Parts: sequence; C-alpha cells; structure tokens
Amino acid sequence: MQAGIDDEDDEARADASGQMRLPATLAGEGPLPASAEIVIVGGGVMGLAMAYHLAKRGLTDVVVIERGYLAEGASGRNGGGVRQQWSTEINIRLMQESVELCRRFAVDLGVNVWFRQGGYLFLARSEREVARLAKNIDLQNRCGVATRMLDPREALGIVPELDITGVVGAAYNPSDGILFPWPFLWGYARQAAALGVKLFMQTPVGSIDAEPAGGYTLRTPRGAIRARRVINACGAWSPKLAQMIGVEVPTYPIRHEICSSEPLKPFLRPMVSELASGLYCSQSMRGEIVGGVTIPGHASTYSMGSTLEFLATYARRLTRLMPILGDVKILRQWAGPYDQSPDGNPILGAPAGHPDFFLACGFVGHGFMMAPIIGKLYAEWLTGDAPHDIFGRSQLARFFDGSGAGLAKEDFNIG
Amino acid sequence: MPGKIVLCRCEDMTLADLEHSVARGYTDIEEVKRYTGFGTGPCQGKECLAVVGLQLARLTGQPPSAIPPFTSRPPLAPTPLRLLARAPDAHRFPDDPPDDE
Repeated sequence: MQAGIDDEDDEARADASGQMRLPATLAGEGPLPASAEIVIVGGGVMGLAMAYHLAKRGLTDVVVIERGYLAEGASGRNGGGVRQQWSTEINIRLMQESVELCRRFAVDLGVNVWFRQGGYLFLARSEREVARLAKNIDLQNRCGVATRMLDPREALGIVPELDITGVVGAAYNPSDGILFPWPFLWGYARQAAALGVKLFMQTPVGSIDAEPAGGYTLRTPRGAIRARRVINACGAWSPKLAQMIGVEVPTYPIRHEICSSEPLKPFLRPMVSELASGLYCSQSMRGEIVGGVTIPGHASTYSMGSTLEFLATYARRLTRLMPILGDVKILRQWAGPYDQSPDGNPILGAPAGHPDFFLACGFVGHGFMMAPIIGKLYAEWLTGDAPHDIFGRSQLARFFDGSGAGLAKEDFNIG
Repeated sequence: MPGKIVLCRCEDMTLADLEHSVARGYTDIEEVKRYTGFGTGPCQGKECLAVVGLQLARLTGQPPSAIPPFTSRPPLAPTPLRLLARAPDAHRFPDDPPDDE
C-alpha cells in the first residue's frame, strides 16, 4: 500500500466511539472565514504550490478553496513527467529550476514523491522530426541541459525493448524524470496548512463580485469570503471563473486520456515518447506502465469519459514500438483536461482592469511540471519581489492587442 | 489489530491504513483510493470497494449511503495490449503501417 510514504505521527486518533477526529485544516469543516488577504481558487498543484510558497514567505492569511476533492482535476490525472526538453528558452530555464525543486521536494516538504530521473527519450520517425529535435537540442545545450541526439542504435542501447524499425533519430536528456503526482499535492497541502493556510475541499465558487472599495467577495455553499486578492488556479476551468468577473480567457479544455498497466518488474528507465503520435509511456515506481497518446481532431470538452478509441490507439502504437509489451494487461484508463492556450504559452498575471485578480492558466497539459517553479515565482512576486520575466510575457492582453506577435511560440507540447 | 485486517487484498491495504488516511484528512473515497492505493490492483475495487466504503462511513460518522463508490474505470477486466491493439476503433496516424490481417 502507498500510505506510510510520509511517516510523521498522526495528529488525529479515533475517539472512544471509533470515530476519527479530523485535522480541520485539511478536511475544511465549517464555514469559510469572513476574509483573507489572498483567496486561491483551485486546489490543484498550481494553487497549492502558491499557497505553500506564500505561507513560507510569511503571507499566511491565505485560503484555498477547491470545488471537488483534493487532486480531482488535471493534477491528479497526469502522467507525472518532468522534463527540460522544450523549444523556448524561458520554458527550458524554468524547467531546470522546477527539476531542482522536484529533487529537493522530499526533503523540503517531508513526503516521498517517488521522483526518479530516468531521462526522457523522444523518438523521431522522419528527417523533419529529427531537424526539429536538433534545433531544440541546440537551444537546450546553450541553456545547460545535456540533451543529445542519438541514432536509432544508441536509442536501443538505452531501451533495448524498442523496435527501432522506422525510427530515424532520438533526443535524450538523462536528467529529465517522472514523479508520482498525488504526493506532490499532499506535501504542498499539508505544509501549507501547517504554516496557517486554510484549505476547503468540496467548495465550489458560485459567484465573484468586485467590491467598489477594492478586493472581491466570493460566494460558496460554505458562505461568502472577502478577498483582497484572488488567484485563479482552476486549470482548465479557469475561463469559467474569470467569466464571473467578466474577463474573457481564451483557453479551452481538451480531453487527454491515459492508462495504467499491471505492475511489472522495473525495466524501463526513461520516459519514452514518439513525436509522430504523441505516444508516451514510462514505468512508475509501482512498476505500472503509465502512458497515453494524442488523438487529433477532437473538439473541446470538459468530459472526462474514457473511450475504446484511445485504448486501441495507444495499444496499437505502443505494441508497435515495444512489441514485448503485447501480453501486458491494462488495468485502468482515465482522462484529464489539458488547458489549451491558443499560442501554446501560459497566461499569467492580472488582466486589464483587475489588478487584484491573478491568472495561472494555459499550460497545455504541462502545468504540473511547471507548478513547482511557477508557484514559487508567483509567491515571490505577490510578496513584494520584482516579477520574473515570465509574468511580463505571459499577459492575457497579448491575445487582444497584438503584443504577443513577437513571442516565441512553444511548439513542444508533446504527449 | 486494525493492521491485521486486510480490506483490499490486491494492494495489501488494511483497516489501519484506512484509519491513517482518515487521520490525515483524506476522507473522500477518491482521496482514500489515491492515498492508500486501495482498488487500484487487478480487481479495480470490485472486491474491496464496499467494505472500504462501510468502514469509511463508520470512521467519519456518516451513514453508508453518504459514501458514493469511486469512479469505476474501464476496461472491465485486465486486458492485454495485444488484444486492444486489434480493436477496429484505433485512430490511424499517417505513418501507421497497414493492417497485417
């Protein structure tokens, strides 16, 4: 079983009747407090990372409200990949810092996140894809990421189970890795709560009103709360929350499916991904093969239903790439929403006319790996530091005033 | 004794593990599933879900009817990739080899 990966003493015990006394901070019992300096809407990894870093920097008057259960959204539904192989300098540099934070997470937050740096192996099946990898590798090397181009035989040296028929080249960075997503949330949530942040699960926001004197009032079934500042960390649901104050956010949800196999003896070191299909798979610390594939042409939806189309497509591509997996059984499949941004780049900062309402969306399926560093940078900014470069270039206004025209578009939102 | 009472046999989850999860504040059945791993093995909850739900109701002082089952996930039974790969539902990418049947 998985519990026990954090082994602090329990602070709650069953009373004489056998009923548990819950730690109120996590269970979120009772009504919301009347006010808070910052209300973070969204109890996913982005919101919880922000809450933790804000509290760590001394801003503890923070309330996190989550519509569902902890990790109900994309944070609890992703493949756990953490990579530095990106196509824009800012994403490469941010992910270098995020990897460092992941390496220290167990020590800093007291929970084992099963972070394993087995590398990421991207496979190209055409010269055009090789050229694309080569261009990225050049930029990554200039940033200090040790990605290198491999010929198919060298790729086989790293994953001997591959069938390299049709593979032309591969990009490999040994310091990319995978983690187990859920403990990340438990770690941030528990440490934020320990520092004084209040967390409320099962608390949907019904409406937000901008107050004439500044700040916002958020209404929920647990009552209303007055916030001086609001952070929208709703992931794919961010446009819905922004709409409550009349702000149009142009991101949209795209369902991505994923599945997990029966556990196998550890054999697969890196995350393996194929550019042509967006196929990816890795072996978790539990031994399961976890992976997905990108099926093009599906319309935007908040549905998180599962399809046979996905399972069949994934099985077809995966058994072609690794025929040895043919007899491995799939145990379960599920889905989560990518928060698709029109230009592939995130949307951060405060929109025009709302200097106290902050966005953190449009991460196109890669918000989880970005959250450790984005949460930290956001907290630094909101507690008085000068904003990092990423905030200036990620403003919502770029979609409306043409200021985004000169920005490098991230085109490596693979998998 | 709760450490000896197994609730989920696939994932070796005991009553003590459930108590630990609840003590941690992970009280939604979906949170318990993620924290303890119960119901994520070969049976996918078909054997353990009811007994975990019942014990969770007892520990949190709720009627059993207040504990919904967690979302059940396809496939219905563990299914080999080789079989799934032959389903006609698969999307074909431009570089897919022709079917070999």
